[in-house]
Amino acid sequence: MKFERYGIGIAKGMTVTIKHLFRPSTVSQYPEQRLNTSRRIRGNELIWSEEKCTGCGTCAKTCPQGAIEIVTSTNLVENKYRVEKYEVDTGYCIQCALCVEACPFQALFLSYQYECATYRRDELIQGKEAMLETPERPVSGYFYPERAAKLPKQTLLIEKVVEKR
Amino acid sequence: MALKTEPFVLNIGPVHPSTHGVFRMRATMDGEVVLDIEPVFGYLHRGIEKLAEQRTYGGFIPLTDRLDYIASMSNNFAYVTAVEKLAGIKVPERAEYLRVIMAELQRIAAFLIAVGAFLNDCGAFFTPFIYMFREREKIVDLFEMVSGQRLTYNYMRVGGVSQDIPDEFLPALRKFLDKMPGYIDEYDRLLMQNEILLARSKGIGILTREKAINCSISGPVLRASGVEWDIRKADPYSIYDRFEFDIPTGTVGDCYDRYRVRIAEMRQSLRILEQAVAQLPSGPIRSDVPHLVRPPVGEAYTHIEAPKGELGFYLVSDNSIAPYRCHIRPPSLINLTALREMVRGWKIADAIVIFGSIDITVGEIDR
Repeated sequence: MKFERYGIGIAKGMTVTIKHLFRPSTVSQYPEQRLNTSRRIRGNELIWSEEKCTGCGTCAKTCPQGAIEIVTSTNLVENKYRVEKYEVDTGYCIQCALCVEACPFQALFLSYQYECATYRRDELIQGKEAMLETPERPVSGYFYPERAAKLPKQTLLIEKVVEKR
Repeated sequence: MALKTEPFVLNIGPVHPSTHGVFRMRATMDGEVVLDIEPVFGYLHRGIEKLAEQRTYGGFIPLTDRLDYIASMSNNFAYVTAVEKLAGIKVPERAEYLRVIMAELQRIAAFLIAVGAFLNDCGAFFTPFIYMFREREKIVDLFEMVSGQRLTYNYMRVGGVSQDIPDEFLPALRKFLDKMPGYIDEYDRLLMQNEILLARSKGIGILTREKAINCSISGPVLRASGVEWDIRKADPYSIYDRFEFDIPTGTVGDCYDRYRVRIAEMRQSLRILEQAVAQLPSGPIRSDVPHLVRPPVGEAYTHIEAPKGELGFYLVSDNSIAPYRCHIRPPSLINLTALREMVRGWKIADAIVIFGSIDITVGEIDR
């Protein structure tokens, strides 16, 4: 390496670095400020509609991890299946959403939530009651564009940077 | 007075910041000079090839995300093309274009990680890495918008893609395409003439053309050795024969050439993206494929140009809903076979740089 060149490249690199001192910060402080996630976010839980589910079990057959357990009994009066037990072990679930795509009756959705950590493993198992749609447990727009349209718009970093510069 | 020394064995890894995951090297050293190196892997073995035999053809797609976990879209792409070849499924035009857009975005994202981690190994501690992550974040935002997750996308399906892109995707991609060449110029200003990078990487770990071909190296590592070989040109899959792009090659085959080839590849990927966005047709995104694909008895091998090299899937069907055998040709593992040749005779600090320049993902080596 030639001696006279020594340092010029580093000085050029440092000017690039120093320029960043004078630009506004793009970092947001996480627990207080939150960016909106994607409208199609595949959240940590499954949301299930009791009225629409017929108990066909397609979701359980599709699940590559075998995380869905469904037990049905026949209801001879109304001539349909009654869902006795519907359980998802979200510890096994890999959020691939193949069950959502497979459901022929639009009864299964993924949730919009992403902070579902628990202290115990048995709390990860979602029963029938824990899977119903509530205001605290909103539905993600994955595979359902009409539901996605109602959710807040995703914060895009590229747009954030363009705005600030 | 000559010192009385004897070679000793130094263990690097499995948990070490410069081994890119859980990878272990048993290095025989003479002082600071590496005499021999023995890679030990298997710490991340999950048996994915065997798991494929217990899942349906469609149900294996989420697991392919876990192979090369920093380039999931490419893995999806390689696997679904293998199933489509096996079952003879035609893919709609729009789906092909969407796949190409995603694969090229993924290439840029993976090269950013590769270059950033390589510079990290060179000693530029995390400053360039964070620069690269700034742009990768924007690509990951786009993937999140389309597929709903940031790492394991699971976007492609047999016979198309899972969903159409949302309305806000193309404007955001446009903004990214306008901005990205400027960012690459910024990397060049920051790094191309940096003396430390030149001293650490120029002439280090030379892999000759003949040796690279003999070891069946592929991807940027092969192209840095001066071989013009890109599967997108040599054996065009999907719709790659419609796009115009060059194959960047190196001359010497040292670490610096590998770094330059990756930067040049990003510009070529941007060129393909520009063309693909301009030509994007409308229409269906998924052909009419039954829920459980039952391909006829036979076998199929497809390979694609993944960010790290030739990624191949070999599938054998026995006319059931699950593959009889699934074999994966991982580029990282095959590229690693040249490590011993490259490292021998260099100092231990150079060995780390050479190792970083191959750009491996341990999830793909061990599978």
